[in-house]
This record gives sequence, C-alpha cells and structure tokens, in this order.
Amino acid sequence: MHVGLEQYLTVSFLLFALGLLGVIMRRNLLVIYMSLELMLNAANLALVSFSRFNNNLNGQILVFFIITVAAAEVAVGLALIVALYRKRQSAHVEDLTSMKL
Amino acid sequence: MALTDILPDILFYGFAALTLLCGVLVVANPFSRSPVTSAMFLVLTIISMAGLFVLLHAFFLAAVQIIVYAGAVIVLFLFVIMLLDLKEEQRRKIKLFGLVGGLVSVGAIAAISLKALKATQPGANLPAPQIEGGTAALGRLLFTQYVLPFEVVSILLLVAMVGVILLSKKDLK
Repeated sequence: MHVGLEQYLTVSFLLFALGLLGVIMRRNLLVIYMSLELMLNAANLALVSFSRFNNNLNGQILVFFIITVAAAEVAVGLALIVALYRKRQSAHVEDLTSMKL
Repeated sequence: MALTDILPDILFYGFAALTLLCGVLVVANPFSRSPVTSAMFLVLTIISMAGLFVLLHAFFLAAVQIIVYAGAVIVLFLFVIMLLDLKEEQRRKIKLFGLVGGLVSVGAIAAISLKALKATQPGANLPAPQIEGGTAALGRLLFTQYVLPFEVVSILLLVAMVGVILLSKKDLK
C-alpha cells in the first residue's frame, strides 16, 4: 500500500493516545512529563505531514515554534518539579494532595 | 517496481513501528519502572520520529528534533532524574482502577480519531507533494512572514530562563 497522509496521521494518533495513556496511568511526575512530550511530538508529526501533503510550509514553521516552546516548558516544568521535591521529598502525584478538598 | 520507489514506504513502516514500540516502552515498560529507562526510550522515539521527518522532506526539522529534543531536553530530564535520586518510586504499583479507566478512555479516543480519519479520507484528492522543508526555505519564511512570532518566542525563552533561575533558588518564598 502506498504511504500517504492517512498512514502518517494514524501513527500520529496512536502516539498521541500512548502519551495520553501515560499521563493517566503513570504516577511518577517525571514519566508524566515524558508522556506530555510524546503527545507534543505526535502533534508535530501530524503538522509536518499535513504540511508535506498540502504543499504548504506554514505547518513546519508552527512545528518549529512548538519545539521552541516545548523546550522552554520542559525547563520551567523540571525546575518546578525540583522545587516541589525539595519541599515534599517526593515526585509522586499521590503525595501531592494539599489542594485536595 | 523499482527499489527506489518502494524504499520510502519500507522506511516509513520501519520508522513508524520503531516510534510506536519505543513509545509503548516509555509509557509502560514491563521490565523496568525506572524513569531513566523511560527517558532512554524517549530518545529512541524521538530519533525514529526524526527519521519520519526526513521521509516527509522536513530536513531542517529533523535536525532540530535531534539537536533540541534528543540533545537538550532529554539531557535535562536525565539530569533532574539523577538529581532527585528516585529509588523508592519503583516499588509502588499501578492502581487497577486507573489502569482500566485509562485504557478504556484512551482506547475510545484512539478509536474515534482513527474512525474519523477513515471516514473523511483527508489525503484522497491531494496533488503530488513537492515542497522541501530545507533550511533556506524555512529560514526565508521565518524572517519574512513570521518575524514577529519569532521575536516573541525569543522573549518567551528569556522569560522562561528568568523563571527557572528564580525557581531554583535555595530559599523559595
């Protein structure tokens, strides 16, 4: 079967579902963060394949910006996790329940 | 059919399978619960995804993907993992309710999106792809049409840097 837009989008959807599963299922903050990265990458793949098959470079520019913002987001998020770990001695979401009713 | 016609398709299936396999191992590795293993498989996922970008003729983005993600982001992840020294995290087990609920909802979302893809067929009547995402083409677009977002992103990076320095100070108020 010839590889077209559908095949790339299928991979992107499956990768996004995997990332979502990781965010729901895992309880370690760092692994949840990695799953978020997986979801961002899935969106990037969808954008690049749309860009390629629609003969339009704007999608790739958007991916460029997403990668930049994701790098900034990882830096801030990991700094937050380190600050949280200093206060609570845990990077486990079930130990971080001070805002629970 | 000549080999040069069918080679991109073979490479696509190879890279796609590698991406998804390593993605599964990031999220749910049956052999190890350690975050270091997840980070290593995330590197493999990102590298095989850069292969997919090359197959889509997005050469600049493939390079950026490897340099920024595999080079910088994962190193940052590993650095934080080593810093936190998460040993006792490995012993906790995954809750059954979370596992079943997560699997059902994620499966439903994946099924809906794949069904929508099959129903709409977005790639059916498209012309043959011919754009090349090389550095020159992307750079020209970035510094003409998208010059304002480009500058805004530089401010965002500065703000993120200041925020990280503030967050990692010893006495956080």
